[in-house]
Amino acid sequence: MDVFAIIIAALFADNFVLSQFLGICPFLGVSKKISSATGMGLAVTAVMVITCVVCYPIYTFLLAPMGLQYLRILVFILVIASLVQILEMVLRRFSPGLYSAMGIYLPLVTTNCAILGIAKIVTETTDASKAGYIFSDVFFGKLVNVNMVMGYGEAVLSGLFYGLGFTLAIVLLAGLRTKTDKLQVAKPMRGFPITMLAACFMAMAFYLFTI
Amino acid sequence: MKLKRFKEIALDGTVRQNPTLRLVLGTCPTLAVTGMGAISCLGMGAAVIFVLVFSNLMISLLRNVIPDKVRIPCFIMIIATFVTIVSMFMEAYMEKLFANLGMFLDLIVVNCIILGRAESFASHNPALDSVCDGLFMGIGFTVSLTLMGIVREILGKGMLFGVQLWNFQIAFFAEKAGAFLTYALFIAIFNVCYNAVERKLKHKAAHNAAAVEREAEAQAAASTEAKEA
Repeated sequence: MDVFAIIIAALFADNFVLSQFLGICPFLGVSKKISSATGMGLAVTAVMVITCVVCYPIYTFLLAPMGLQYLRILVFILVIASLVQILEMVLRRFSPGLYSAMGIYLPLVTTNCAILGIAKIVTETTDASKAGYIFSDVFFGKLVNVNMVMGYGEAVLSGLFYGLGFTLAIVLLAGLRTKTDKLQVAKPMRGFPITMLAACFMAMAFYLFTI
Repeated sequence: MKLKRFKEIALDGTVRQNPTLRLVLGTCPTLAVTGMGAISCLGMGAAVIFVLVFSNLMISLLRNVIPDKVRIPCFIMIIATFVTIVSMFMEAYMEKLFANLGMFLDLIVVNCIILGRAESFASHNPALDSVCDGLFMGIGFTVSLTLMGIVREILGKGMLFGVQLWNFQIAFFAEKAGAFLTYALFIAIFNVCYNAVERKLKHKAAHNAAAVEREAEAQAAASTEAKEA
């Protein structure tokens, strides 16, 4: 896959929230203020990158060769939960500023479908027989790429940009909500429904990228 | 379990705390699966009911064993086990449904409805109550999901349960943006109906209370009259 294609797809055409419906709960729940939306988006991005970095080798080198693919859900969620815990502790110790900006959202991110979703997307496209190419990907740039199998570099890259796509969507929605929350809306439409209408228009705009 | 408690749980799960329409939990599968047609919605609902009932049962049986500090990881492990069971079962016996639902079957693990019920109900209620709660929450989810799926299928594809009805279709409802619109309208309509029924019940209750009061007054008056006499 082309790097540029991954970036465009992850940010717009294949946007996690508006096109794949992953991570809707934080999208609707934590988008009241732009600052909190940014924090949440960055936390999701960070965890997504870590997930791709760790889950891809675990799946290709441990689970797939041993035929344990059916354990993926259990393994991924355990790995992600413990990594998020470690990341939170490291941030609290070494970077209090960053911790106060996005640390509080980290525990929320663990049980977020976007994270498990990226782990599945990235590992679904792997193939155990091609696993040998992964290291050549990392060390010598992208040398071989047969049959659209995602290499390690591409997996991490897509993790980063899908996360940024999520951040883009949630920050845009937070911007819209600062307007819609002040509107005089019919009583049954207040709260979630009007937010979803805003998201509906955003989805229409993002749909243009897929045509 | 008393009948009154059972009724309470059933009403909570399906109407008063309907996970999809009132609590707005588990939105990702709702938005995604309703676009796949009503049959996929039923399949998804069945999977969620299974996971919800059994995870509630296990968590409620283990609620005195699990330490409070690590309860969330424990809950997630229990839920993930049952999701794996459902996923393997569907892969073996319902290939078409499995292919249709794809990733959203695995994502039941991180569905907020299930973790939410584990945390707020099953972790401090007896087993039988928790099973009922899981069952009715699941039914509430399935019914609203399937209704939404039917609306989107009829409007967007002119089909019902995979059978072509007519050639008229509004493709918007089958698209991604249509999912948000349908969901928003469903919540709004449900809110209108719910508030109307609630107002009526309140009115009726007030009416009944007034009647009881009047009766009590009349009785008191009668008793004082009897005393005087």
